[in-house]
Amino acid sequence: MTRSIKKSLQEFIILTTIVSGLCYSLVTNAQTTSFDKTFNDMMNSSFRTEGIADISRIKQDANQKLCSDQKFYMTKAGEKQARAIEKQNMATIVQPSDGNYIGDWKSGEAIAQSGRGATWTDTAELPVGGGCYNCHEINKKELSYGNIGPSLWNYGKNRGYSKELITYTWNRINNSKAYNACSNMPRFGHFKLLTEKQIQDVMALLLDPNSPVNQ
Amino acid sequence: MNFISKSYFLLALTVLPFQGFAQSTSDEIAKYREMIADGNPSELYEMAGEELWKKPAGPKNTSLERCDLGMGPGVVDGAAARLPKYFKDTNRVQDLESRLMTCMETLQGISAQSVIDAKFGVGPKKDMDAIVAYVVTKSKGQKVNVSVAHPKEKLMYELGKKAFSFQGGPYDFSCASCHNAPGKRIRLQDLPNLTTQEGAIVGWGYWPAYRVSSGQFWTMQQRINDCLRQQRLPFPIYGSDFTIAVSMYMAVTANGGVIQTPGLKR
Repeated sequence: MTRSIKKSLQEFIILTTIVSGLCYSLVTNAQTTSFDKTFNDMMNSSFRTEGIADISRIKQDANQKLCSDQKFYMTKAGEKQARAIEKQNMATIVQPSDGNYIGDWKSGEAIAQSGRGATWTDTAELPVGGGCYNCHEINKKELSYGNIGPSLWNYGKNRGYSKELITYTWNRINNSKAYNACSNMPRFGHFKLLTEKQIQDVMALLLDPNSPVNQ
Repeated sequence: MNFISKSYFLLALTVLPFQGFAQSTSDEIAKYREMIADGNPSELYEMAGEELWKKPAGPKNTSLERCDLGMGPGVVDGAAARLPKYFKDTNRVQDLESRLMTCMETLQGISAQSVIDAKFGVGPKKDMDAIVAYVVTKSKGQKVNVSVAHPKEKLMYELGKKAFSFQGGPYDFSCASCHNAPGKRIRLQDLPNLTTQEGAIVGWGYWPAYRVSSGQFWTMQQRINDCLRQQRLPFPIYGSDFTIAVSMYMAVTANGGVIQTPGLKR
């Protein structure tokens, strides 16, 4: 084979690779778009408002969109977006208006126990519970606890009661996704699920040295 | 088990202190399940369902005996094991409940909308519960055998897979938040990992089931409905494509597993 034929053959191969690659991505994009449209149509036709559970709850924000797509989340671009979302979440966190981070642990225990609120069988007036025991071990006396989140037994005792830990915990309860974009934990401050007072009380359950959690 | 002791167990069910029951361990639940396995209250629903299947009803005063659940008119044995599936006459993939609505509408003249609009456990939905109990019992012990050979079945499976991970609402929850890993619990309630075959069969293979805590028989439609309520999402319309897509995803993932419906659940 002469040099020039070899060269033009190489060029041909490169060119066809590029063109076919382009065609492939156009086709898969078109397929993805039409699949996504079918999916969105399905979602829009499959739900209705019931009580306080308004139909708008299926409109995703950027955070929910990202975390619904594990495949994209695992890519470089997904990772970049996750870091940006964490920053945005962090920026929305409001520190306690009265400067108090620690409320009443007894009330905090009741809030941690309650998994009520925000469903279509609840009223808007019903205080939302933290639902903490659904996923966390907290006070060892409560044997009925979930394991989706880590154990919080001896939370303050093990970590110390530093200003850093207190602020971190406040932030984490308010918006867990400020630290981990796809954390399983609801954004209690962001969606105003818990009031400032409720969060102060849950903070006390974890960080008051007198709380049974720290004995 | 004779009639008297069976009645005793049914009675025991109604007076059991459910609060304490919910606090007990999974092992105790298993023991309890074994104890009353011969007296699963679902049997009452099955018997009522068989009657409803055979009794002429609706404006057309016809029974459901000619209903095609996918294996030909009137074939009930093994039909539930193959659902959801694509039906040519409706040109859609249907689960058991949506297919029964089609039969009620075409054979009996009972509008599907009247079933969709009814509250769970009352009126036409109560009848539906019983008929579902009857049909699924006829697949008990068989293997889940749901096909994705038709393009619409394949599409429904893919839509279900995506729906399973769809986060929304004020809690950011999706099905995957609780059901995508082994060994997870909410409080003491074990959560099957619905993304694997062995986990999916625990979910798909045991529902519809009699729920001891509520004293009700729940179809899969109702089970999915209550999951979404707890996810804080809006109300999934009975028999909607979302509910069928998620069912399709679970069923296909559970393929090959043995069906234990109607199950007995907390």
